[in-house]
Amino acid sequence: MGLSAAALLWGLPGLLLTIALHPALSPCPAQASVPAHRDYCVLGAGPAGLQMAYFLQRAGRDYAVFERAPGPGSFFTRYPRHRKLISINKRYTGKANAEFNLRHDWNSLLSHDPRLLFRHYSNAYFPDAGDMVRYLGDFADRLGLHVLYNTTIAHVTLNKDQRAWNGHYFILTDQKGQAYQCSVLLVATGLSVPNQVDFPGSEYVDGYESVSVDPKDFVGQNVLILGRGNSAFETAENILGVTNFIHMLSRSRVRLSWATHYVGDLRAINNGLLDTYQLKSLDGLLESDLTDLAIVKDHEGKFHVTLKFFLEEGNRSADAVPLPQDDNDNFALRVAYDRVIRCLGWNFDFSIFSKSLRLSAGGELSKKYPLVKASYESKGSRGLFVLGTASHSVDYRESAGGFIHGFRYTVRAVHRLLEQRHHGVTWPSTQHPITQLASAIIRRVNEASGLYQMFSVLADVVLLKENATAFEYLEEFPMQMLAQLETITGRRARHGLFVINMEYGRNFSGPDKDVFFYDRSVGHTEDAWLSNFLHPVIYYYRHLPTEQEVRFRPAGWPLPRPTAIHHIVEDFLTDWTAPVGHILPLRRFLENCLDTDLRSFYAESCFLFALTRQKLPPFCQQGYLRTQGLVGTESLRQRGVESGLLWDYATVGRGDSGQQPGDHGPGQHPLAPGPPVSPFDSNKEEL
Amino acid sequence: MQPQLMMSFSFNALRVGISFVMMCIFYMSAVDSLPELSPQKFFSTLQPGKATLAYFCQADSPSTSIFLEELNEADKPLQDYGISVAKVNCVTEETSRYCGSEKDLMKAYLFRGHILLREFPTDTLFDVDAIVAHVLFALLFNEVKYITTLEDLQNTENALKGKANIAFSYVRAIGTPEHRAVMEAAFVYGTTYQFVLTTEIALLESIGTEDIEYAHLYFFHCKPVLDLTQQCRRTLMEQSLTTLNIHRFMKTMEAPLLTEVAEDPQQVSTVHLQLGLPLVFIVSQQATYEADRTTAEWVAWRLLGKAGVLLLLRDSLEVDFPQNANVVFKRAEEGVPVEFLVLNNIDLIVSRVESNMHIEETHEDEDNDIEGPDMDIQDDEVAETVYRDRKRQLPLELTVELTEETFNETVTASDSIVLFYAGWQAVSMAFLQSYIDVAIKLKGTSTMLLTRVNCADWSHVCAKQNVTEFPVVKMYKEGENPVSYAGMLGTEDLLKFIQLNRISCPVNITSVQEAEEYLSGKLHKDLISYSSVSVLGLFSPTMTTAKEEFTEAGNYLKGYVITGIYSEEDVLTLSNKYAVTLPALLLARHKEGKIESISLANVHAQEIVQIITNASLETFPEITVENLPTYLRLQKPLLILFSDGSINPQHKKAILTLVKEKHLDSLTPCWLNLKNTPVGRGILQAYFDTLPPLPLLAVVNLHSGGQVFAFPSDQTITEQNLLLWLKKLEAGLESHIKILPAQEWKPPLPAYDFLSMMDAATSQHPARKVPECIKETDVQENDKEQPEDKLAIRNEPTGTLRTKHWNRSNWFEEAKKQFRHDNKEL
Repeated sequence: MGLSAAALLWGLPGLLLTIALHPALSPCPAQASVPAHRDYCVLGAGPAGLQMAYFLQRAGRDYAVFERAPGPGSFFTRYPRHRKLISINKRYTGKANAEFNLRHDWNSLLSHDPRLLFRHYSNAYFPDAGDMVRYLGDFADRLGLHVLYNTTIAHVTLNKDQRAWNGHYFILTDQKGQAYQCSVLLVATGLSVPNQVDFPGSEYVDGYESVSVDPKDFVGQNVLILGRGNSAFETAENILGVTNFIHMLSRSRVRLSWATHYVGDLRAINNGLLDTYQLKSLDGLLESDLTDLAIVKDHEGKFHVTLKFFLEEGNRSADAVPLPQDDNDNFALRVAYDRVIRCLGWNFDFSIFSKSLRLSAGGELSKKYPLVKASYESKGSRGLFVLGTASHSVDYRESAGGFIHGFRYTVRAVHRLLEQRHHGVTWPSTQHPITQLASAIIRRVNEASGLYQMFSVLADVVLLKENATAFEYLEEFPMQMLAQLETITGRRARHGLFVINMEYGRNFSGPDKDVFFYDRSVGHTEDAWLSNFLHPVIYYYRHLPTEQEVRFRPAGWPLPRPTAIHHIVEDFLTDWTAPVGHILPLRRFLENCLDTDLRSFYAESCFLFALTRQKLPPFCQQGYLRTQGLVGTESLRQRGVESGLLWDYATVGRGDSGQQPGDHGPGQHPLAPGPPVSPFDSNKEEL
Repeated sequence: MQPQLMMSFSFNALRVGISFVMMCIFYMSAVDSLPELSPQKFFSTLQPGKATLAYFCQADSPSTSIFLEELNEADKPLQDYGISVAKVNCVTEETSRYCGSEKDLMKAYLFRGHILLREFPTDTLFDVDAIVAHVLFALLFNEVKYITTLEDLQNTENALKGKANIAFSYVRAIGTPEHRAVMEAAFVYGTTYQFVLTTEIALLESIGTEDIEYAHLYFFHCKPVLDLTQQCRRTLMEQSLTTLNIHRFMKTMEAPLLTEVAEDPQQVSTVHLQLGLPLVFIVSQQATYEADRTTAEWVAWRLLGKAGVLLLLRDSLEVDFPQNANVVFKRAEEGVPVEFLVLNNIDLIVSRVESNMHIEETHEDEDNDIEGPDMDIQDDEVAETVYRDRKRQLPLELTVELTEETFNETVTASDSIVLFYAGWQAVSMAFLQSYIDVAIKLKGTSTMLLTRVNCADWSHVCAKQNVTEFPVVKMYKEGENPVSYAGMLGTEDLLKFIQLNRISCPVNITSVQEAEEYLSGKLHKDLISYSSVSVLGLFSPTMTTAKEEFTEAGNYLKGYVITGIYSEEDVLTLSNKYAVTLPALLLARHKEGKIESISLANVHAQEIVQIITNASLETFPEITVENLPTYLRLQKPLLILFSDGSINPQHKKAILTLVKEKHLDSLTPCWLNLKNTPVGRGILQAYFDTLPPLPLLAVVNLHSGGQVFAFPSDQTITEQNLLLWLKKLEAGLESHIKILPAQEWKPPLPAYDFLSMMDAATSQHPARKVPECIKETDVQENDKEQPEDKLAIRNEPTGTLRTKHWNRSNWFEEAKKQFRHDNKEL
């Protein structure tokens, strides 16, 4: 008996243990003790999130997108408030080249599906935001992207783990307490927090996010708008016709995008108020630091602008507050306003990220963006990338990285980096014989959209093979990461490289620049380096620059000082295919960097060289000797003889050699190698 | 042009910097090597008739050391003119009237013997140039006449008509480097010509000079003028006023205006050539002598001081030169051949000389940088020919243009050839012409659809087809993978490829009779002209692996060689007939009417390809532009028989016999028909310089050493002679006639060095490079100098009040002006 009781006593805890173990083993999500794992977690199903999802999907990666709204692109369901997007939807360019056409399509995301081009969604040059929402919905649906809608990620933390790709996992917790474990976190949440400046009376101010968009509400009113960005001007534009006047107040003077060449600055489509201000039609623009400001409400409910330090003098009633015009009777903002509207832009929402992520604000230029490297990876934690609008700290006020037509390419660059880092898929490249080098560059500068939009951020890279007989072509590499090119791309850069970038002229762009000055365009090839408008610039490095060299590059240079540099002269039509104006100088540059002759030759010339010289130019070696010589036709031969570049061999040595062009010696082909010129390579000291 | 300008500029800036540095140093420690004498001693050393410049000073005070430095430097040049320089220390015990009191101690005195000629306040002698200029000016008082009015000039001119020539010069001020240069010239030529000097701008204006910024020198040819009412002819010296230039100018004034010669212009030399000036020969014939002489005199006057002019009497000349040439131009540079020109008016001759001079001058300016050929001139033959031919209307409609929409549909609907090209790429566009020629030739006869895609428009289509370089030709056939064309980019070879692709190789042969027809070429009568050989694989039906390998090889060679396969039960009939063991292949050479057999036991597809490729090479081919690469692959020296037209049958027989006897195994024997391959003439010229008599046999060792050996032209090409020669050649007993150049292919021309241009632009003002101590003085000078100053000074009559400060700051202005000038050109 005693024995059996003992057995019973002994058996009971075992059973309890089993019961206790059971829930832990079952995959019941409600308990949430084992988070669902994803290799890639994307926060936000806006344009950047969907773009990244597309690349992950195509690569067959394990990923999920988390979106708090019930559909993609929720920002566009509300913003811009007046519904007109200022990204152009150019449906006709006169060209068939799809890549080229993307240069003028600022709304489409990248995909292999030509139906998913924005021009199929709107006919408007400045399309309606609703069309963007519809487009993004289609993009996610058609491509079958894995998006978890109605999932609000409330908290993100870091969990150290040796086995993780980056030494830690990102733990995401949603509003229901469900946790997700992610190897790589891609933050594409955009800028979602309205920027508010705290000053006395800021409670009287209407925010852009909630102000009425019905002009009827502003009839006969005096309106003060704080801010001078596109949202401020868009708001003003909407009510310009019905108000008494609109005054706009901002910290610094207006930056016009056609002067700064930055699409985030004030666009011409929104600048109607500039017109009425300059024509003295009552509207006006003023500059003042908003933090010094105070707004007081009088007994009639009208608003008066005053200065903060006037209020600090004592606690007085609204009507007794001193106003600047008391001392200075022509103070500009002396009238009373019926409304004050704040349009001060947006900030990144840092609140959901735990401190352990060390995701800090404050790029050098603005605190509205999280701090990232030029590879878009957070400086604080490896494996956390910021995409889309929130990644704009990299090229704020310079390039288009904060906008769809820019970040669709930077997202692709991040994806290529991840493919190499975690899956051993090297950065895509094509390999060609050196004779194709000028053609490869010409092709890209004429059609590439990523280079064009993300000028001075993404650049093409040509990696030379040993002896410069062949090269690899890599597209759209984040150029600030040049020193880390080998690790990021998995490609070797041991024999020199070219970087192909697009640039505006130095000192051409700026808020106070006259961009219409006489002689602004350059036509001569020898003046190409003075080109002002966006034009291709090619940097040649004998060795991959080091991180130090990139960091301490000369001021105003996008890259460290190269061994040699070439500018392809700007072109009114952005068509850089002129044989003498564009291609010839480029060839000369490449030839002098590589110390070789990159001309093309007809088979007959190669034949002559093959039998009269021990060495052949690369074109003959790589074409003719491999039985792929260019034979040419009789009419081209005639032209060659006319130009003096080809001999008419039928008459050679027939006694009338006097009619031969030029003074080439007999038997000396007019194109044979001449006296050596000193290439860039040999006089490096002088450079 | 641009980089050179910038370079020369920065060089100047650097030089400015250096000289400033030197001054800084000198200011600090004045080196004094002048003889220092007491007054008594000094006067005892003075020799009668000899000029001496003496500086009397109290003690070695620092304030005078700058002047002493300049004086010290002037010692050497003055001694060259026989003038000695001395420093006299006025010691208290020995008083002299030249030792002034404290306040006017700063004086220098010029003596001739013991006679005082002039005294100079030291601030007149502000630098070496000023010292030399002033001293010579004082000494050459009679030789150099200083005038201030036009009347003075006219009087002098009239007085000298018929007697002497005049060297009239304007300098901006006395004591300037130009003044010194004129005085130095006067020292040499003063007895021959009357020198006249002025500092009056008005005077210069009155004789019609437009650009009065700089110093000027005119030569007045007054000596030949006998009629007093006639003006003296004037020649302006166009170079800047330096001693050397004046000397050169004077020399040319002394030379005869026109010389007659009747010898080879290449051999003629005159004083002009020694002075670095070109010679212009006006070609004359007896019949037109008088007129030619008048013309030549005209030209001679126009070119006086710029070139030597000669009248070349052609009739008595034994040198052969172009019939129509009327002017011969000879440059001063040695070794440059004379140029024969046809210039129909005097202006052309003059401008020819002047443009040449201009180049010479810029050469000097550019610090020996040679102006290269224009970098903007196209030197790519393909690009240039395509560009020149761009307006030709090609019948593009003969090929179907494909787009993103039509591409897939088209290439799947019918067998198609697709040309992938880029409209902006020259090589593509050159090949497009050949492609269209193919379309013209195939018009209406081919089942193959000829299409093209412009990848500049449809880059996605091209990328999808894996086409990333241009041009590329691909063949799309139903049920097969697309095949890239790998032959020559020309009409003939592409046509051959398309034609041979009409049959599906290897062709399945089903009977012995068909096999015989196949081998004889009857089966594919219309195709055998495209394939020099027909290959037939023989297999017994059970040899599946061998058959597969052969089929793979046949597929690979499709479009280049006709292949067939026979593996019926009665295959032995064929193998017996051609005496081979199975598996085997038969190779029918249609041209020669021969059938060879090769065993194929255990051979892989790749090796079969190799066997067939090698077998289809001829033993003694006619070498052409198209087939040379195939034969070069053998890596053997070429034995080439150059023939103008068809080959001599005897020569052919001789070589074929040697081939048969295996004497030529180490060579690739071939012949070249200049009628079919005219570029052969270019090759012969490279070997022999002048075209040798044909036929001609040569051995070209392309792959090791590049020697070219020529079979002796006095021997006939027979087996024996040839064999003997080859033996000697092998034994190293023959010497080569030429070694082919092993030059690397370097960039034909330099590129624009934008990096240097950017550097030059950012380095901004050259003053930054100037050492600190000068920068300060510069600021001071600029403060002192009022804008009007310059004008005022220029109008001062004698300019003896020139100060050192003025001079230097003005010099600085000049440097800045040059900088601005350069800058403007950027």
